[in-house]
Amino acid sequence: MRRPIFAALLLTGALAAQPLNPAKLLQPPTDAWPTYNGDYTGRRFSPLKQINQSNVNALNLAWARRFTAGGRGGVQIKATPLEVNGILYFAAPDNAWAVDARSGRELWHFTWETTGGLHIGNRGLGMYGDWLFFETPDCYLISLDAKTGKMRWNRQIAEVKREYFCGAAPFVIRNHVLVGVGGDSLDVPGYLESRDPETGQVQWRWNTTPRPGEPGAETWPSKESMEHGGGMTWHPGTYDPELNLYYLGTGNPNPVYAPQSRTGDNLYTCSIVALNPDTGKMAWYFQVSPHDSHDFDNVETPVLIDGQFKGQQRKMLAQAARNGYFVLLDRTNGKNLLTAPFVEGVNWAMGIDAQGRPIPNPDMEAKPDGTLVSPTEAGAANWFAPSFSPATGLFYTHASESYGLDWRTDLSKTPEGYGGRNQTIWSQNLLQAIDYRTGKIAWSHRYPNQGGNRSGLLTTAGGLLFGGDPTSNVFAMDAASGKILWHAGLHAAVSNGPITFELDGRQYVVAGAGDMLYAFTLPR
Amino acid sequence: MFRVLQASSCVRSRSLALVVLCSAVANAQLISRPVPPRDAVERGHKQFVATCGFCHGADARGGDGGPDLVRSEIVLDDEQGDKIGPVIRSGRLNEGMPAFDLPQSQIQDIAAFLRERTQAAINRNAYEILNVFTGDAKAGEAYFNGSGRCNTCHSPAGDLKGVASRFRPEQLQARFLYPRGGRGGPSKPSTVTVIPRSGAAVSGTLEFMDDFTVGLRDADGYFRSFPRDQIKVDVGDPLAAHAQLLRQYTDKQLHDVLTYLGTLK
Repeated sequence: MRRPIFAALLLTGALAAQPLNPAKLLQPPTDAWPTYNGDYTGRRFSPLKQINQSNVNALNLAWARRFTAGGRGGVQIKATPLEVNGILYFAAPDNAWAVDARSGRELWHFTWETTGGLHIGNRGLGMYGDWLFFETPDCYLISLDAKTGKMRWNRQIAEVKREYFCGAAPFVIRNHVLVGVGGDSLDVPGYLESRDPETGQVQWRWNTTPRPGEPGAETWPSKESMEHGGGMTWHPGTYDPELNLYYLGTGNPNPVYAPQSRTGDNLYTCSIVALNPDTGKMAWYFQVSPHDSHDFDNVETPVLIDGQFKGQQRKMLAQAARNGYFVLLDRTNGKNLLTAPFVEGVNWAMGIDAQGRPIPNPDMEAKPDGTLVSPTEAGAANWFAPSFSPATGLFYTHASESYGLDWRTDLSKTPEGYGGRNQTIWSQNLLQAIDYRTGKIAWSHRYPNQGGNRSGLLTTAGGLLFGGDPTSNVFAMDAASGKILWHAGLHAAVSNGPITFELDGRQYVVAGAGDMLYAFTLPR
Repeated sequence: MFRVLQASSCVRSRSLALVVLCSAVANAQLISRPVPPRDAVERGHKQFVATCGFCHGADARGGDGGPDLVRSEIVLDDEQGDKIGPVIRSGRLNEGMPAFDLPQSQIQDIAAFLRERTQAAINRNAYEILNVFTGDAKAGEAYFNGSGRCNTCHSPAGDLKGVASRFRPEQLQARFLYPRGGRGGPSKPSTVTVIPRSGAAVSGTLEFMDDFTVGLRDADGYFRSFPRDQIKVDVGDPLAAHAQLLRQYTDKQLHDVLTYLGTLK
């Protein structure tokens, strides 16, 4: 009789251990990293402090593993892995993996046979109980069984023939799987959908641009312009459970560099919007780049901050936007508290209006003979994860000072697609630590080489800031001063946001670089 | 949208001042569906102008009577006329579009023409840049020799002789602003002097530098690297003035200088 009981106990233990406990989504990340940003706040701040300023210089490699894609192309890990009950889950275009967090050993590998779409990157998975969700470049939402990697179902979320492509990390709120779409080659309209985790059916859809007669339609000159106005939803947002609001950054309007057919502010492109996750109804919006004509997708993470502002405790939201401005909002109502540039040289705007919005300078729009614009299309910031440490009160982001040429090539009354071209001329990569209360730069780390950096950031209660530099080092800094305390050279630059979690009483830091994952921990 | 792919393969760091970013997205990646045959596109264009152009415009961008077809969902969803054909043959009478009794081959040709139009709109890397030489060459020459101080390092009879013949106009524009390497040819490397805590300074051509290591090629051709925390580094960046000028140019100065450089054929 003992054997069956033993087997039953094992089975029960295994079943009890595997599903994601939804309560984990509401806590700061410790033994789990169950969402793209670790929790709902977007802070990427871990309360763990086993690894701290006094011992980080002893940090050691626990394991390193290379992953090979099935299907098209090589692997570039842009996804932030989830870590749930000792298993890491991550994705690349058309591919998803489960990996033992203790050893790096591959548990399963799922491959999707693609029908097309731009294979630009996959930013990760969402999880609900035992089920995983990820998007493919040809715009299917795939649900996998986390235990086996077997597909439960797939649902088309956009039509790849219309030049959509997909790869956002799905965002799970209760029984809502929020999925976004990408693709701005041909003036298709953006939207966000909520899908049922059980069936994949649509619960609601929120359109980024209004339809005639709806609020916001007055910021477009015509039905045609708003229905072809872009505004993609290609990056996950953040969520406040108390207010029951999902905060999402929206992409650029279309046509991209030729705005002559879309006079007006072009709501709700290049905005931060607050949506009710049960209904998809918008509670408020704040437009960070009105009437954008520089490809400044405003999808950078809207990070939730609870703290003091001008002597008052407030619920706030902060974003270091691609357009070069740091914005701080009251997240209960979307009112602007502060707007300030976080890099030097920003020249596309001619001031800040009474509502706290940068005012675009029409002279800086793309011209046929070229306009020298700062920052360039790649932005002062981009999707690379920022971090906020409640311990230091600083908001951290990788940033670029940059100049580029914008040429308008389509001068017709009805331009199409990009309607222009862009070339980066010069850029300098920085790590900026921003005091959220003033928008001022508390400290700045200027990398001693030019070029881009796609590494996200992570802060911890150990007083540390983890990230990657443009020359393939992973590092830990003193989060208060920016002093580098530890680094290790990898085979490629860090290409995702590092995560941390506790397992068997040990704190791990895991970073992706190109086609490999690296795990670090302290020696026992 | 952010479009830089495969960071490690696109960014080649050759030296401190010389970083080559790949073009955002290669053409092949933007166009994912088959490119229609050229002859079908040409036949389809003629047929389109004759049958559809009056309302939809000769280039299918739309006209007074009909909408832009380049971004039409029916056109984008179409395969070889399977979605377009029924609309052409039945018309949309309540929207004022008559029916056209075209044979299948002509419908396929029109579909090929419209596919070519959509792909041209999608393929932004192939958009033709218009005239960039819009400035005043004389004013540009004055700036070159005057407040721009370009003549401190460059001369039209020396390094810039024939420069306008060596580059396409938009390449010339990008390279005069900041001369990067890559397809436009090598740029000037930075020089570096490393000063150890004790012993003699070492100078050479900078090959690599991050927060931890500096690597150089010395006068004898040997590669040498040094830990940053034990030395002082003095970098001479020959392009520093170019980076500084990016912050100072007015739009007029930029186009005047470019137009002047465009005369150096």
